[in-house]
Amino acid sequence: MDVQALRISLTLALATVAVLLPLGVCAGYLLAVRPFRGKAVIEALVAVPLLLPPTVLGFYLLQVFSDRSPLGAAFEAIAGQTLAFSFPGLLVASVIVNVPFVMQPIQRAFEAVPGDVRDAAACCGLSPLQRFLRIEIPLAWPGIVTAAMLAFAHTLGEFGVVLMVGGNIPGETRTLSIAIYDRMQAFDDRAAGVMAAALLVMAVATLAVTTWIGQSTRRRRG
Amino acid sequence: MGDALTVSLRQQVPVPLDVAFTCEPGQVLAIFGPSGSGKTTILRSIVGLHVPEHAVVRVGDRAWHDSAAGSFVPVHQRAAGVVLQEYGLFPHLTAHGNVMTALGHRPRQARAARASELLDLVHLAPHAGRYPAALSGGERQRVAVARALARDPAVLLLDEPFAAVDRAVRRHLQDEIDAIRRTLDIPVILVTHDFDDVVRLATHLVLLERGQVVASGAVTALTSRPDLPWLQAAVGLGSLWEVTVVRTLPERRLAELAFAGGVLLAPGHGLASGMRVRVRIPAREVILATDVPSGLSLHNALAGVVSAIDLRAEADHAIVQVRVGEELLLAEVTPDAVSRLALAPGRPVHALVKSVSLELHGAGVDLPGA
Repeated sequence: MDVQALRISLTLALATVAVLLPLGVCAGYLLAVRPFRGKAVIEALVAVPLLLPPTVLGFYLLQVFSDRSPLGAAFEAIAGQTLAFSFPGLLVASVIVNVPFVMQPIQRAFEAVPGDVRDAAACCGLSPLQRFLRIEIPLAWPGIVTAAMLAFAHTLGEFGVVLMVGGNIPGETRTLSIAIYDRMQAFDDRAAGVMAAALLVMAVATLAVTTWIGQSTRRRRG
Repeated sequence: MGDALTVSLRQQVPVPLDVAFTCEPGQVLAIFGPSGSGKTTILRSIVGLHVPEHAVVRVGDRAWHDSAAGSFVPVHQRAAGVVLQEYGLFPHLTAHGNVMTALGHRPRQARAARASELLDLVHLAPHAGRYPAALSGGERQRVAVARALARDPAVLLLDEPFAAVDRAVRRHLQDEIDAIRRTLDIPVILVTHDFDDVVRLATHLVLLERGQVVASGAVTALTSRPDLPWLQAAVGLGSLWEVTVVRTLPERRLAELAFAGGVLLAPGHGLASGMRVRVRIPAREVILATDVPSGLSLHNALAGVVSAIDLRAEADHAIVQVRVGEELLLAEVTPDAVSRLALAPGRPVHALVKSVSLELHGAGVDLPGA
């Protein structure tokens, strides 16, 4: 069992959720309640990472991360290291790959809040911020939890983009799924098996927690 | 003493609307019309959920919306108590939590007690801890009413408040709302497509069709006008009178109802002396006679004078308005009867009404046909 890889996987998954969730909640809410021009284009763009092969996505990200691009050069000037083949680069890639997994459930959840509930909240004297915090977010909560769990589990299992963007640097970019591949290449089936089982358990646990939260909410609200 | 609500709205899109009315404190102004006539748009404009092109909405001298002056108070800053058609209860909060949400303007430590007090007022105290999903339709409506009152509103707005509950519960809720609103000295606006709500609750009426006011006024005056074919087509004509139960006659199973200038006999079921009730006299059920024949089974032969006649060439009936005491009564008769009895304004007549034809409306009264 590559404990270091496990640690990197978990850190990456938690960091991805931590970055994406606040953004997803705000953007998902706006997409759900505010009709605006170009909304369909944004929704299509959000779904792009779902359809693009991970290698293609990884290729473009590497182009952007390289010190020949303005972003890559700027990051290197500030941080003193390149984005490519580094944990921060891995995080950026992971955030982009997970956008649809976070945005879509959250947008659907806000869309499912009935219009009269929204109207009633305003009629009760709640300010727009109070409505968002006390009515919208609690009602969209199951969708937000689902989004977090999906992004977490998906990051743990992500392979293609991670390999393209991060490579296989122990202690920096070697995640558990890369380590499994690495062990298989070395004919170390035992170590690969242990790590695969660990990922399997985590995936099942994530699913169980999500289902449980969804059901307990539904039980109460009918 | 509350302030009057003044409303004037005009727009072309999304649906044409051109209305103006005032509702004084203590009045219940019903906005009645078929679905699609713009009733809900009016209510949403008063609340601020809809913004028409031209609007003046004022409560006393406070302008909630004055499009000419460019002033607009956002929804959450208007002291309006609103019961929406589907109620819009917060599903993640208990009945008590729902009411608490509307108490943000009160001191924090006073809110819980006030919420309990309001739930008590709508007889829901035992269900305070329940979530909306665990409440019946009628109970949800009561939570919505308690939540609307929690705002300490300057105006109470009810959008089809009884549409989502069945007939039996509806009667009960109508009486409850009627009792509650009598304790409030604020304008109450009731949007409805059910004339039963109007007859039971409204003091004033705005008839609305395709965004235009067909007629408006006190409900008793409007229901006694002979020249409203629109109302006749929608619900049938019938004068609405405010009466007081003088005494009951248990051995005859009747009750005496005093109106301004006379007495009516009605079935006594559910009535007690001193009760104030409303009686609707359907125009089709009224017979006009120049003399009172003897040997009739009916109880009510009211002496009066013809005050107006609406006789339309294209119609196969005439509407005759008869002044009885200080009240006005409508009778629907054939044009032939008008000429045979030589009915004309000033002609003395007797209006004959079967006691079972009287429709009684009021607290605790629930008669067949009513």
